[in-house]
Amino acid sequence: MTRLRRSMLFVPGNNPGMMSDAHIYGSDALMFDLEDSVTLREKDAARLLVHHALKTIHYGECERVVRVNPLSTPFGKADIEAMVAAGVEVIRLPKTETAQDIWDTETEIERAERKYDIPVGQTCMIAAIEGALGVVNAYQIASASPRLVAIALGAEDYCANLKTSRSLEGSELQYARGAIVVAARAAGIDCIDTVFSDVNNEEQLIKETRMIKQLGFDGKSVINPRQIKPVHRVFMPTREEIMKAQRILAASREAETRGSGVVALDGKMIDRPVVLRAERTLELAYANRAVFEEEEA
Amino acid sequence: MTRDQAFYSALTALDRQAYVPGENKRLYDKDPSSLKNRMERENKIVESLEKAVELSGLKDGMTISFHHHFRDGDHIVNMVVDTLARMGFRDLRLAPSSLSDVHAPLIQHIKNGVISHIETSGCRGALAKAISQGLMDDPMVFRSHGGRAAAIEEDEIHIDVAFLGASSCDPFGNANGYSREGEEKSMCGSMGYARVDAQYADTVIVLTDNIVGYPNVPFGISQRLVDYIVCVDDVGDASKIMTGATRFSTNPHDLMIAEATSNVIVHSGYFYDGFSLQTGSGGASLSVTRFLREAMIEKNIHASFALGGITGAMVKLLEEGLVRRLLDVQSFDLDAAQSLKNNRFHQQIDANYYANPYRRGAAVNQLDVVVLSALEVDTSFNVNVLTGSDGIIRGAVGGHPDTAAGAALSIVVCPLMRGRMPSVRDHVNTIVTPGDTVDVLVTDQGIAVNPRRPEVAERLEKAHLKVTPIEELARRAERITGKPDPLPFGDKIVGICTYRDGSVLDLIRNIT
Amino acid sequence: MKITTPASAGTMESGDIMIEIESGEQQSVEVVLKSSVANEFGKQIIATIRGAVEEFGLEYAVINAVDKGALDCTIRARVFAACQRATGSDAFDWGKRA
Repeated sequence: MTRLRRSMLFVPGNNPGMMSDAHIYGSDALMFDLEDSVTLREKDAARLLVHHALKTIHYGECERVVRVNPLSTPFGKADIEAMVAAGVEVIRLPKTETAQDIWDTETEIERAERKYDIPVGQTCMIAAIEGALGVVNAYQIASASPRLVAIALGAEDYCANLKTSRSLEGSELQYARGAIVVAARAAGIDCIDTVFSDVNNEEQLIKETRMIKQLGFDGKSVINPRQIKPVHRVFMPTREEIMKAQRILAASREAETRGSGVVALDGKMIDRPVVLRAERTLELAYANRAVFEEEEA
Repeated sequence: MTRDQAFYSALTALDRQAYVPGENKRLYDKDPSSLKNRMERENKIVESLEKAVELSGLKDGMTISFHHHFRDGDHIVNMVVDTLARMGFRDLRLAPSSLSDVHAPLIQHIKNGVISHIETSGCRGALAKAISQGLMDDPMVFRSHGGRAAAIEEDEIHIDVAFLGASSCDPFGNANGYSREGEEKSMCGSMGYARVDAQYADTVIVLTDNIVGYPNVPFGISQRLVDYIVCVDDVGDASKIMTGATRFSTNPHDLMIAEATSNVIVHSGYFYDGFSLQTGSGGASLSVTRFLREAMIEKNIHASFALGGITGAMVKLLEEGLVRRLLDVQSFDLDAAQSLKNNRFHQQIDANYYANPYRRGAAVNQLDVVVLSALEVDTSFNVNVLTGSDGIIRGAVGGHPDTAAGAALSIVVCPLMRGRMPSVRDHVNTIVTPGDTVDVLVTDQGIAVNPRRPEVAERLEKAHLKVTPIEELARRAERITGKPDPLPFGDKIVGICTYRDGSVLDLIRNIT
Repeated sequence: MKITTPASAGTMESGDIMIEIESGEQQSVEVVLKSSVANEFGKQIIATIRGAVEEFGLEYAVINAVDKGALDCTIRARVFAACQRATGSDAFDWGKRA
């Protein structure tokens, strides 16, 4: 089963109070932040804190992601080394603009993997695209390295770069969102949408999540544990979708046993992408299992 | 019938006396003055607290009582004990329904010998810390609200004089925690705990900052029970007696616990149209009300009544028709007090009605579900709400053991850890509610069901709610926090924690 | 390694610990701890601080710590941060400090 990335919870890197049990809220991934949420004076302390937390605390099923500082800053290299040494699953690179940014980061990751006896290639990457150049280069970025598991949109910097501001309906992000989904799909990796910052506006969060799900995104970054459940609910397939997916997969299995490449259901031929989508639907349903069966009961 | 010889012979045969005007000195003379005049002249108001104390016949060594409906805004306890100290009283036994931070000045009176013994349901702040450090020779006795009511009724606590603060009182003693007549200076809503003291104390002195016209209807305490009334400047600090509506927590731990608790209730087997419930005022426990509300609307389920300390959240359910009646022994916020004042389906009840352990009909026995907060829970489901993890007294027994024993399903909620302190552990510091009356524990990291209730565990698992053995939760906490060192308790017993029937559940020792 | 300047790391937030370090007159590692969980974890916290200071490679230091219920991994991270700042050393071998 592929990894779900419906929600990625943002955890400030210099706040130990939030770090000890960030996994209990049930997000698919945790993103410890060494970048924007940490002041310049505290970069060293946050790096140590996240390093020791990753080595000590058991975060259960959550994918452990760390957003490091860019390599153009004095902190980027040390961040990568400390996180790889701690066994982080994913390094998230901020403000990615070109494929070269990915290759440079990859070099540092590999150096650290060799130094700390970690199998080379084990550490994955997510590239955050936060500017116009990054959006233009989205496919080159997304396809730059086999370590890349996803690309993500960072809207705040992007809007500043575009000389506009964020609006509730998000018309300013339409192009970037579309470009990022297309690039990610072309490269065969996941894509994650930007945060919705008004924690108290659950209604709009749900609206925006529905929209980005429809665009094709796999998930959304969240800044508060309260946002996780609403996001997961949007990604929850409906009962009808699940039943149909189950029937499609049953037909597919049946075709396989017959040795036939042609899958048919209710007298209609089913294309390969439809089968893949059905698989994905069931994965999402499985992740939401408790909620689904509770509603059914 | 004329009063002839036959009348008198008949009375002799009946062994009765004839009425003779003016003969029976116990009767009051007919008074032609108006009600207005009478309220001014023939009332129970005495000019000073000292005078009321003199009239009460209070002596050294006697027991005095207070209520805690003014919470941390209370002025009465300190004002009265200061006065008694000035008047030279010694060795008084104090039996308030609870004590809080504001009562720190009692420390001095204990040191000076004015107070020699305290029985209450809770204690906080500097006074509690001093008691924990060994301030008193006589251990503090803790009782639940129901246990206190029963002890008073059965004369185990004999109250010689009750000093009861009231938000309103008429000249003949009808007193309440609010007033329908104009604006009260400080409102507390229900006077549930005070009503027991009023009923059983030898002498009842009401202290009020708001004399209203007769009759002060509705009243929480009847004039029948009141001996003297004293006017004071302020019964308390209104801003500390009541906050507006108790606010819902935005703490994600609380919300997780609350949502899980609501799910547990829904699938427990006790969520049916007409069920009854009580939820506390703590962060998580209060938020349960909000999640449960959604489930009640969705499944079209109504509660017959909600009990206990009442909050604005519960009032909202009453007003929406989701809860049909409120039984209110203590109003936790201004919304609750306003509702008690204005909604006739919101009923004031006393502590006996609420939780008397010897009455089948006590309201706690009619509960289907109660949700209770905890400081610590151990692997036998024993609960501590009285002493902190550092061993120092900092809480209140309250109605915890009463409702846990009374309700068909008692749910205890707490985070698995508070900072580095594990809340679920092998042993609690002080047993306040015995584990055999606790059915479910809900934490932010898992749900545990008491093995005594396998049918509940089965129902939850059927609804895909994961049930974890409580020992596993305790181990999980300890893996993260490390194993705490034993607390450095001394040999002096500073507190006795009693169960509802007065038997001893646990002892609290001194600690620095 | 030697302490060249007094330094501190950490905050007074719940779940954190504030570590202040300076070179003392004693030829040892002295730890003064104030903790919200002193009764139950005081000894363990002092041992953790002392262990981390020695592991960092300092033999003499005076540490003032104000703890607000920090976990061991936080305590170690804060001690290392304070030591780095006090010694001006940022050459860190992450492998050794598991």
